[in-house]
Amino acid sequence: MRHTISVLVENKFGVLSRISGLFSGRGYNIESLSVNNTMEPEFSIMTIVTTGDDAVIEQIIKQLRKLVNVLKVRDVSQMEHIEREMHLVKVKANQETRSEIFNIISTFRGKTIDITNNSLVVEITGVSDKVSAFLKVLEPYGIIEVVRTGSIAIARGSKSTTDFK
Amino acid sequence: MKMTGAEILVESLRREGVDLLFGYPGGVLLGVYDTLFDSEIKHILPRHEQGGIHAADGYARATGKVGVCFGTSGPGATNLVTGICNAQMDSVPLVVLTGQVSSDLIGGDAFQEADIIGITRPVVKHSYLISSPEEITTVIKEAFHIASTGRPGPVVVDLPKDMMAQKAEFKWPTKIDLPGYNPTVKGHLGQIKKMLRLLEGAKKPVIYMGGGVILSGSNEEMTKLSEITGVPVISSFLGQGGIPGTHENYIGWLGMHGNYASNMAMAEPDFILAVGTRFSDRSTGRLDGFAPNATIAHIDVDPSSISKNVKIDVPIVGDCMAVLKQALAEVDKYNWDKNASARKDWMAKIKAWDKKQPFGYDREADIIKPQYVVESIYKVTKGEAIICTEVGQNQMWAGQFYKFKEPRQFISSGGLGTMGYGFPAALGAKLGCPEKEVFDIAGDGSFMMNLQEICTAMQYNVAVKVAILNNKYLGMIRQWQNMFFNNRYSECCLDCQPDFVKLAESFGAVGMRIEKKEDVEGAIRESLKIKDRPVIMDFCVDREENVFPMIPAGAAVNEMLLK
Repeated sequence: MRHTISVLVENKFGVLSRISGLFSGRGYNIESLSVNNTMEPEFSIMTIVTTGDDAVIEQIIKQLRKLVNVLKVRDVSQMEHIEREMHLVKVKANQETRSEIFNIISTFRGKTIDITNNSLVVEITGVSDKVSAFLKVLEPYGIIEVVRTGSIAIARGSKSTTDFK
Repeated sequence: MKMTGAEILVESLRREGVDLLFGYPGGVLLGVYDTLFDSEIKHILPRHEQGGIHAADGYARATGKVGVCFGTSGPGATNLVTGICNAQMDSVPLVVLTGQVSSDLIGGDAFQEADIIGITRPVVKHSYLISSPEEITTVIKEAFHIASTGRPGPVVVDLPKDMMAQKAEFKWPTKIDLPGYNPTVKGHLGQIKKMLRLLEGAKKPVIYMGGGVILSGSNEEMTKLSEITGVPVISSFLGQGGIPGTHENYIGWLGMHGNYASNMAMAEPDFILAVGTRFSDRSTGRLDGFAPNATIAHIDVDPSSISKNVKIDVPIVGDCMAVLKQALAEVDKYNWDKNASARKDWMAKIKAWDKKQPFGYDREADIIKPQYVVESIYKVTKGEAIICTEVGQNQMWAGQFYKFKEPRQFISSGGLGTMGYGFPAALGAKLGCPEKEVFDIAGDGSFMMNLQEICTAMQYNVAVKVAILNNKYLGMIRQWQNMFFNNRYSECCLDCQPDFVKLAESFGAVGMRIEKKEDVEGAIRESLKIKDRPVIMDFCVDREENVFPMIPAGAAVNEMLLK
């Protein structure tokens, strides 16, 4: 089962390596990990996408909570939540194909952010299924490069991962 | 008044109550050592950093205090890694202080530079790199707090050279602010009541206690709960001493070389109360054969120990002492006579197993049996010594033939299985408890790994006794090759070894060689008369003796080999 875990951490020396090391040392999977500051610069939120059965996920959460610099851990995939990832896609596009590609981009609500004579760069966000579908449609035109962020997620409702006291 | 980082560090250690520490100086630590020179803290100089950290570990296990050790940057720090991992596996509170090159040199592959925070990350409870002299007091206070509370463990503090030289005001923090660290002490009362209700209804219950009972010092509470409820107690290897080894409710320790009755009993209980244990593979054997019909309640201060290896039905997060006290406050509300007759039968069944197959060996043999040496130490010390062990057969026989009266009497590398641990640990234990007799029950293989510490024992007049069960083999390796590898003794033969008597004497220590069974007890008695230096006793034991019972790897608790 795929789980998206939101982790509030202190912004201290070596926190990322403590977390990534915990996953590699105990043989847990990381599908994606993204991290950045919160509104308060002394804290960061990490969104970790992982897979495992219930027992493994329970251990992951408990092991994360054991780390001294970890303030809060929430399995947001067990709640109503919104999840997004962003891709930058460079695709071959010439005068003949460009308008077809524009149609696809607009259908998927992507944004064209750069154009050259023979290529385009598209920004697209969404859940990973949608983005995968987009890539599949673009594939016949010739995808040059894809760069993607990991997933980020937020729970619906008024509660926040950053409330830890 | 401004102080140097080194002065702030040493004053912080003093304020944390440190009166003894182990350490080995080095280039980047010279400032710290110059400060220590004037300090009232007693400094012990081991002859290898690994010896120093195991000694700090033995000191911590014997006294319950935090063990402290120093190693310099680079090789000094990397030599500490085994000791850090050892302490992490067995939940021993240590503060490990490592020298580091100046902060402006970090990352440039400077002389004796090693990223010790990175190297030790998977094996510490927490770690710090000092980045300003102002933060030293806070870091030291937090390090001792983290090391000694919750599930104890090692905390590494890395000390760049310039941080020790720069000056700052000494400000001792009044409180600890660690928002991400808040171990649960008291247990959830509803869960405790649920556990007691299940215990009350059980016909074949057992209490399975681990090292958590030792660490929290809840031996009296444990004994009381067992007595009131009439439930037999089985311990893990490191749980020995959690209730007295001679108590009628104590069955023994389970696992690979545990006693027959404990292992048989663990195959069929209907309820287990596990207290401060982590269900290690060496204890449980193959998991599908471990208490397949039992409902299990588990008290542990570390939530991640619960349901890690074995699925738990009633988790109770909290300190063993606090939770057992809560349980004892409730215990009179339950009817312990309800299943009295079924439980009597259960206890009788377990006792019958024990009678049928106690720990044993050929007592009539003329040759010195290693078990006889341990039994003799038990007899001569009246069961009151602190027993440290090395790792392997010696360790198992120490567990099998010495009965421990109280916590902190049995000191052994259980989780990591570190050869070379026992002798320096004994040194630390004796320094912490000078009034007690301290033995290291050793194998000839393990003892060779840290015997340079005889020199340390001489320097500080530490009267530890080493009983080498010398079979000129890596005995446990030989046993497995004997049993599972068709007697192909690959690299386990230690025919070439020093004359341990002369070796001891070369350090100025006392050496004895014991070749006859009738001399065993006398030698042990003689060793107790020596109060100012270590005694190395070389017992020439039966070379091919194996440890039994044995649960082969991958077998279940009740699938023991008995010979």
